Amino acid sequence: MNLKTPFLIKRLLAVSFLFLLLIFVAMFLGLSLGSTKTGLNEVLKSLLRREEADPVLNTIIWNIRFPRVLLAALVGATLSLGGLVFQALLRNPLAEPYILGISGGSAIGAIIGILMGLSRFPGVSFISFMGSIATLLLILVMSSGQSILKKDSLLLSGVMINAFCSAIIMFLISMTQDYRLHNIIFWLMGDLSMATIRQAVILTAMLFPCYILIFWLSHSMNLLLMGKEMAQTMGVNIKAVTVTLLLTTSFMVSATVSHCGLIGFVGLVMPHLLRLLFGPDHRVLVPACVMGGGAYMVLCDLLARTLPEQGEMPAGVITAIIGAPLFIFLLKRSRQ
Amino acid sequence: MKFAIEVKNLSHSYGNRTVLKNLSFPISMGDFFIIIGPNGSGKTTLMKTISGIEKLQKGQLVILDRPLQNYTRKALAKIIAFVPQMISVDFPFTVSEVVLMGRSPHLGILGLEQKKDLEIANQAMTFTGVEHLSKRRLDQLSGGELQRVFITRAICQESQIILLDEPTASLDLAHQVRVMDLMEKLKEEKKIAVVMVSHDVNLAAMYGDCLLLLKEGQIVSMGKPGAVLTYKTLEKAYDCMLLVDESPLGKFPQVTLVPQKLKTPRK
Repeated sequence: MNLKTPFLIKRLLAVSFLFLLLIFVAMFLGLSLGSTKTGLNEVLKSLLRREEADPVLNTIIWNIRFPRVLLAALVGATLSLGGLVFQALLRNPLAEPYILGISGGSAIGAIIGILMGLSRFPGVSFISFMGSIATLLLILVMSSGQSILKKDSLLLSGVMINAFCSAIIMFLISMTQDYRLHNIIFWLMGDLSMATIRQAVILTAMLFPCYILIFWLSHSMNLLLMGKEMAQTMGVNIKAVTVTLLLTTSFMVSATVSHCGLIGFVGLVMPHLLRLLFGPDHRVLVPACVMGGGAYMVLCDLLARTLPEQGEMPAGVITAIIGAPLFIFLLKRSRQ
Repeated sequence: MKFAIEVKNLSHSYGNRTVLKNLSFPISMGDFFIIIGPNGSGKTTLMKTISGIEKLQKGQLVILDRPLQNYTRKALAKIIAFVPQMISVDFPFTVSEVVLMGRSPHLGILGLEQKKDLEIANQAMTFTGVEHLSKRRLDQLSGGELQRVFITRAICQESQIILLDEPTASLDLAHQVRVMDLMEKLKEEKKIAVVMVSHDVNLAAMYGDCLLLLKEGQIVSMGKPGAVLTYKTLEKAYDCMLLVDESPLGKFPQVTLVPQKLKTPRK
């Protein structure tokens, strides 16, 4: 008589170890490769013994590549985790981090900031963040009280807010003609190229508490999937858990989106991909999404800036071009 | 400990529609307690109020000599387990994962299971005979298997009271008996109280230690199956013609429906 599921704590450690390794490799590659060709041992020297390395290389690695790699990892982690939480809370496989309209408010804020001629950080980021917080408040007011537990009303409010925001975005774009149009489009496609170290550090400080809080609630998410009634009779305070998860997730998605624009697809596909690999237990999926999503985004961003001969592609293009076929392949295999 | 559950002057309404009207009755520890009654009689609401899903509006509920409102959700979950009627299987958890979820009110702050929890889950699966399914995913199970898995989860919760909302509703005959036998075995071996809502009066007659017959939120009759399942009380509750005689298996009442075409004018 034995239970065949691997013991959860062992499984958690194994997955964490694997993904930690993955994200380190991804970040190392992200730091080593770029438009300036550098040898591996020079990169290692700069990473480990900074004062002995070439100062130009130090600048490239620490001031240009490092903030960008760190930002990419944070964005990938947050969006994947956001998608995971929304898919569980809304019990909808199509849910993604932008589904409640956070992206719309954020985009309007960013476009206004760009039109006002503000700098990317802190100006545009700040207005964008305010925009997404405003939509979040709007959602909370619209579905205040008991109906926040009714996923359909929440979902519909989100869709309506997104539709309304899209209209405003289109209007603003149609009124813009000069160079700012290019900035707006790049923001909407998601852009990591303007990362600064201050930005990355502030984001890290904002996001890590969110990750920990969500991990703490991950078993409650499992129980919620069994239906509200059963979750309640297993000791879950469903209202407190739902509201906390919604607010935390919306907050962390708002924070990242305001720094990097609307990077798509990673938040939809990573949770599905990891669920296919590791099963539906959120206690494993939460850390897997944080580290796996981070590593995926770092690699996608690496491709986005190294593949084209000149300039770079928006990272959102790569996330979907690689992610969609990979996901279909895994889905087909799991069905067999 | 006097009773598992004491219901005192319990009333419940949705808006201005009252569904439970001033109910008072006790449920003894170690009883197989079955609540029967027509649709809309308040059976499910009663069940949900006892399990803490519906908020207690009026009256008192005493669980193991302590008022319901003195329990935290987690503390209540250690005493009462609930098997709902509609079970959704959107997410592909395996059987053993679901059974282990029953341990959640007993887990520490991180919500990670220890070795002891695995052992309890194993014992529960052996008890209900679902260990051969442990690696299967929920969406690969039949209705009867699914029901037994969710009962196993409730057993794994190690509560002293198990509530079930129409567990035999969509099962074939063999699975109905299997589920009922399982609940009886549970009651006998673990000395817990089993409280079940059922539509099947004949199953209730054979398994129930105590039956509660509800109509429009009020008690029509309560007691041993022989006392509750009489022609008089049943007709009053269900408003239809019935035949009550003794089961060929002995001592239980047996209820037979009378179709329109066979009805003869009453005396």
